[in-house]
Amino acid sequence: MEAGFSVLIGVFFSVAIYLMLSRQIVRMLLGIAILGNAVNLLIFTAGRLTREVPPVIPPEVYTPVEATANPLPQALVLTAIVISFSFFAYLLVLAFRAYQELGTDNIDEMRVAEPEDEQAPSQGY
Amino acid sequence: MTAGSFDVTIIAIMAPFAAAAVAPFATRLLGANAAWLLALIPAAIFAHFAGYIPLISQGETATISREWVPSYGVNFSFYIDGLSMLFAMLISGIGTLIILYAGGYLKGHPQQGRFFSFLFLFMGAMLGVVTGNNLLTLFIFWELTSVTSFLLIGFDHLRTASRRAATQALVVTGSGGLALLAGFLLIMGVTGEMEMSELLSQPDVIKNSGYYLPIFLLILGGAFTKSAQFPFHFWLPNAMEAPTPVSAFLHSATMVKAGVYLLMRMHPLLGDTVLWTTILPLFGGATLIVGTLLAVRQTDLKLMLAYTTVASLGLLVMLVGTSWEKALEGAVLYLVAHSLFKGALFMVAGTVDHEAGTRDVTKLGGLRGAMPITFAAACLASLSMAGLPPFIGFIAKEILYEGTLGAGGLALAVTATAVVGNALMLVIAAAVALKPFIGAKVETPKHAHEGPVLLFAGPVVLSLTGLAAALFAHSTGEAFIGPMLSSLTGQAANVDLHLIPAHFGMPLLLSVVTVALGIFLYLNLDRLRATMASLLETIGWGPDKGFDQFISALVTFSAKITGMVQTGKMHTYMLVIFAIVAGAVLIPTFTMNGLPNWPEVPDYRFYEWGILGIAILGLIAVLVAKTRLTAIVSLGIQGFSVAVIFMFFGAPDLSFTQFMVETLSVVILALVMTRLKLSPRDHRTKPAKVVSGVISLGAGAGIALTLMAITQRPFNTSLADFFTAYSRTIAHGRNIVNVIIVDFRGFDTLGEIAVVVLTGLCVLALIRVRTTPSAFEIERSEDKEGAKG
Repeated sequence: MEAGFSVLIGVFFSVAIYLMLSRQIVRMLLGIAILGNAVNLLIFTAGRLTREVPPVIPPEVYTPVEATANPLPQALVLTAIVISFSFFAYLLVLAFRAYQELGTDNIDEMRVAEPEDEQAPSQGY
Repeated sequence: MTAGSFDVTIIAIMAPFAAAAVAPFATRLLGANAAWLLALIPAAIFAHFAGYIPLISQGETATISREWVPSYGVNFSFYIDGLSMLFAMLISGIGTLIILYAGGYLKGHPQQGRFFSFLFLFMGAMLGVVTGNNLLTLFIFWELTSVTSFLLIGFDHLRTASRRAATQALVVTGSGGLALLAGFLLIMGVTGEMEMSELLSQPDVIKNSGYYLPIFLLILGGAFTKSAQFPFHFWLPNAMEAPTPVSAFLHSATMVKAGVYLLMRMHPLLGDTVLWTTILPLFGGATLIVGTLLAVRQTDLKLMLAYTTVASLGLLVMLVGTSWEKALEGAVLYLVAHSLFKGALFMVAGTVDHEAGTRDVTKLGGLRGAMPITFAAACLASLSMAGLPPFIGFIAKEILYEGTLGAGGLALAVTATAVVGNALMLVIAAAVALKPFIGAKVETPKHAHEGPVLLFAGPVVLSLTGLAAALFAHSTGEAFIGPMLSSLTGQAANVDLHLIPAHFGMPLLLSVVTVALGIFLYLNLDRLRATMASLLETIGWGPDKGFDQFISALVTFSAKITGMVQTGKMHTYMLVIFAIVAGAVLIPTFTMNGLPNWPEVPDYRFYEWGILGIAILGLIAVLVAKTRLTAIVSLGIQGFSVAVIFMFFGAPDLSFTQFMVETLSVVILALVMTRLKLSPRDHRTKPAKVVSGVISLGAGAGIALTLMAITQRPFNTSLADFFTAYSRTIAHGRNIVNVIIVDFRGFDTLGEIAVVVLTGLCVLALIRVRTTPSAFEIERSEDKEGAKG
């Protein structure tokens, strides 16, 4: 059951990494969005897949009657979705502001922190 | 001694650290007079260690131990014998006088409280070094002395020279400390023993172990750097950048003797071998001669004293290196004598500097009338340094000549070195004590007059102690020198000292030769100084210069390495990161039998196949998208497919959240991308695309294979079972996922909410903060204008 999903997740990761290896900040952002989904699917699948039965207990009993989907990875992924979304939103705005300030969308031209003509360190005490 | 008083000993060793915390407040309240109050602490410590005299002089020792890291057998333990007792008394006794002296010397200095703090920290560290029993306890205090020495040398941190001297001292003694740690660890490995007292009870274990040579060299590395032996001597004169109380305390009387202490402590374990009796006298002798010759060259009082300190340390190492009992006795005596007279002379030099405004001997003269008490103390101390009766220095010199004469095959060389060294020492003693005070009065930058009692108390007490120790020579020998000597030799030592030599033999004759040679050289001091100056000019290079070259080369080298590793190109970093990710999943899969079994074709229903296909289509569409709109829509397709997958496999909550989040993402992305006016077209070259493709396919395949292998193995459901079983019974919720999030792992959710809030705030800040035009652009445009101009 999980084998097909493993392949799908591999494809997700490949696409995400290929996009992130680009020099253009927009493509990198698309890659990061896909990477978030890839990781979430990975956690979900690693907890094994069960069809259709959500981990909800019927009103009249105290434990589920039939086998349900594994609730633990669902809880983890639920947290992860929200966090990856908030980071994605932050990165988007960061990229937007960087483009406004620096006038480029090419990461190789964004050299404020590590300038190309960096001076040699001081030799004094 | 009862167990109770041992607790007091730990308190005594730790007391300076408490004093360091109190000192700034006391100084703020009382000003320089705080010195009187603060000096009570080292005085009490001195009294406590003096209380050990009856016990120690009977040949007993004491160990005090507290568990520290029991799982590694590390104890916080201390060992009191003749050696450590005498050192502890010197540290606390001289420390008392130094605190008083610092009160007068830095009176009114805005950072006087901080200075007291540093001095106390050092004092505590030094007490720990000389009493430490566990090797690691000892090592930690050893490193603390290096750190506090760094702080004290760099006290006047606004001057480049101080900063350089402080860094140099730290680098030299710190690297020696590393060697020492390695040596200690090797000793622990070889003997399985960490307590010095235990090691001393089986003195031949290390010598017979086959690891003797590396242990010996590593310990020597620690001792030689700390005690400024040639060729590591250069940091000590530079350390004179520190205020004079520091020079008197750390860099003459106590810290620099830590290396000698270590050699003395290790003598029963490592000493009396061919290696020991060759290397130590060689380096000690070289240090003695180099130190005295360089001292003659100086005109600055403190530097003259500093180089003779180097020389004296050389003499001590040379004597310890002979491993001959009488020479060891001489070393012990000389060590005590040196601490007394050198501490006093440094304080005299500082007082002269403080009152007259200069320490250059060529600019000083005729101060005896203005500063009679200081002059008297200087005379007493330098008579002891010159080795004249009736001072402890004289007895020390007699004994050490007696010792060197009997030092086996090296006797002649060692004795000759000692005579020349002592004669030059006499020259310096005379120059320091006489030159500034006698002769015609020379106009000094400040109008000289006697310093306050805080300034002259120290030199007077120390020089009088040197006199008293000689006058009561017999008691000195019985109470201090004998027990300390027996720590060095490892057996009971009988020391019988007399002020008046028992018989007129070779030692006395050598003393006469020394004095005659010294007086002759003193009369020709100016000529000697000129000769040395021109000689040094001819050589032109020294270890001090070498240090600068080494540091400069190191900085250049690290800058090159950093430039190579951190190219500043994000693309390179990303390539490296994902290549490593690919390697990390692929290599174990193929080398460590991690491949999954060949899977059967999954029995998915048609709609499941359908959603898998749609997801992959969406992904490919993102990859090849040529316009903004296509890219955004395709991103949405893969995101919504994930939501549907969650729906099919029993996760409606996830599905719902994913739909919401994906919608929001697409909306925000659309907003940003329309403003960016960027096309998502891929501008990479063909080869770059191939490299990226290989890395990303490798990583994806590796992750797929790993996940497949993992899911083929049995699954541990205990956590899921726990949550399923207790969700309703104890948390009263029917939706298990929700119960986990808000109840079982409620704090995780709180953390998650905090993250969302924080990123929201960051986004707000990013949008609000606008520099028009940006500081970066201004800087750039200025650079360009500068380039044009």
